[in-house]
Amino acid sequence: MPSEPEAKTEPIATRHAYGDALAELGERHEDVVALDADLAVSTQSIKFGKRFPERFFNVGAAEANMMSMACGLAATGKVPYCSTFAIFAAGRAYDQVRLGIAHNELKVRIGASHGGVSLGEDGASHQMIEDIALMRAMPRMTVVVPADYNQAYRATLESYEREEPMYMRFGRPATPIVYDEIPETIDGGVDVLRAGKDITLIATGHMVWRAIEAAESLQQQDGVDAEVLNVSIVKPLDSEPILESLSKTGLGVTAEEHRVVGGLADAVREVAAEQHPVPLFAVGMGDEFGISGTGEACMEHFGLTARAIADRAREAMVLKPIVSRPPLFGPEWT
Amino acid sequence: MAAPANLAAVTHLRPVPDPKPPPRLAERGKAQPQVAELERWATVLRLDCVRMLAVAKSGHLDSSLSAADIVAALYYRVLRHDSENPDWRSRDRFVLCKGHAAPIQYAALAQHGYFPLQDLTGVRQIGAQLQGHPDMRRTPGIEVSTGSLGQGLSMSLGICLALRLDGLDDTAQVFGLLSDGDCQEGQTWEAATAAVHFGVPNLTAIVDYNHLQTDGTTEEIMDIGDVRAKFEAFGWDSVQIDGHDMNEVVEALERSRTVRKPAAIIAQTKKGKGVSSMEGRFGFHGKPPTPEQAAEALEELMAKLDEQTAALLEAGPRGGGE
Repeated sequence: MPSEPEAKTEPIATRHAYGDALAELGERHEDVVALDADLAVSTQSIKFGKRFPERFFNVGAAEANMMSMACGLAATGKVPYCSTFAIFAAGRAYDQVRLGIAHNELKVRIGASHGGVSLGEDGASHQMIEDIALMRAMPRMTVVVPADYNQAYRATLESYEREEPMYMRFGRPATPIVYDEIPETIDGGVDVLRAGKDITLIATGHMVWRAIEAAESLQQQDGVDAEVLNVSIVKPLDSEPILESLSKTGLGVTAEEHRVVGGLADAVREVAAEQHPVPLFAVGMGDEFGISGTGEACMEHFGLTARAIADRAREAMVLKPIVSRPPLFGPEWT
Repeated sequence: MAAPANLAAVTHLRPVPDPKPPPRLAERGKAQPQVAELERWATVLRLDCVRMLAVAKSGHLDSSLSAADIVAALYYRVLRHDSENPDWRSRDRFVLCKGHAAPIQYAALAQHGYFPLQDLTGVRQIGAQLQGHPDMRRTPGIEVSTGSLGQGLSMSLGICLALRLDGLDDTAQVFGLLSDGDCQEGQTWEAATAAVHFGVPNLTAIVDYNHLQTDGTTEEIMDIGDVRAKFEAFGWDSVQIDGHDMNEVVEALERSRTVRKPAAIIAQTKKGKGVSSMEGRFGFHGKPPTPEQAAEALEELMAKLDEQTAALLEAGPRGGGE
């Protein structure tokens, strides 16, 4: 067994985890190939490309071609990892991913970096805020959004062990570490990071560390005991831990760097509405496009911050005595 | 003419008088089917297409007919494939980039025993393994699912690269069959660029240039012009042939194998070829034949088949010798 790298402790971007783990996968498995569309340094697939040039195909600025080529490679026994920005992976090449990869249930992994508005300065043309919705809607596609470097590293390594087509979203900016160690597995994709009883904060990707910060502020300033869930597999959504938490707290706030339509908010609402309806509030992008600015300024501008999550939770807590009620028909949790 | 509305008469699979069944891979080699035999097989495939679509009452008949000669040449002579071992690693690959012409590929696959001939008439029906467009997960012998124009050549290129990594690019050739519509899609030219850049030696793109698309002629709707010159400009080996002249088709396909760079064959064809009421005429794309049209087409094709069969029987055993 190859040795595991050391877990990171300082802020670092999840795309670096993808690049590091992809190179490691290349070392371990002969059939792994990588494709990129002239963004290999940004997506970090360059690490694989330098080590395995014969298995690395840079197709230039031609994302549609890349996705269909991956289909041909996978149909002939290879395991392709396609890297580009989320905007092009999910937007420009949707039909190619849909027919060639998802419909054929091929073992292709799409490493989509620079998801969300936190890529910053490039602005709306590059800020992908609806990819989770698009990929959730696509039949047979699994959607993975890791929270930090350590989890992203494990998610990428583990992607080889799974069979289904997979869309993986990574980010541009360095973000704080959430997992002290490289987790042993991403498992079903929902981790309880902080136990609490008053309200459930459900977050994904770059919003997870912010949700933890929000929970701490709620504890200190309001004496509210918030539970924090990290959803790293948005689809298929593991409903059990989410329902378990919601049925305990009776109230939830979701947080994502993405449109609330079709994203994590909707995924959680679907599950809750059917099985245990409780009030759910969402932090995410409204009916609007991104803008230029530093990554952090963009997050501020669109209210994708720990403070925004905490404020939303406070609003929810005001409503709690009015709206919360014991489950009528809900499943029994032990 | 037989009562045209009687679909049973149209659809039942009359056993075709067959002097020789298609040779299995192992028997091929010295006894390659001759041009006259290939022409006859093209008629058999056309007949199957008319029957299939008359029953399904849905599908693209004219697009299938224009490709019949090319597909017959491929499946009966050029492709190294084995229906008993469809996953054979070093087989040649055929990708029907113009996925809407699925019936012609289904006919060729069924005639080679990839699935029973009777299954053909189930095409496009609920629960059938023969979908409206080729589906690799449902139909044996389909390499990749297609149907969205423009993607097939990229998929073929991906297959070429995988074969290279497996050290099979000297043995296995990948043939992609494109339509005029494929050449209107920008992605085809992304793939054309990349194929030369990656220097794949085993890719053949055949363009079934039949000059008709859904809304009119390609010249009216979106003229793709001199496709041969375009592929040449992209750095491909590029030839133009008459896509209904079996001699030219076979020669071009076999030659493309020996060209050690991406090779394009622009086959000038007529949409609906083989059925005089449809040949080169606008208005049939995506429209299944009416029972009357089907009966007429079957009559014409059966007469042609009988003629070809008689000529073959008269000429004696394959190759005139042994």
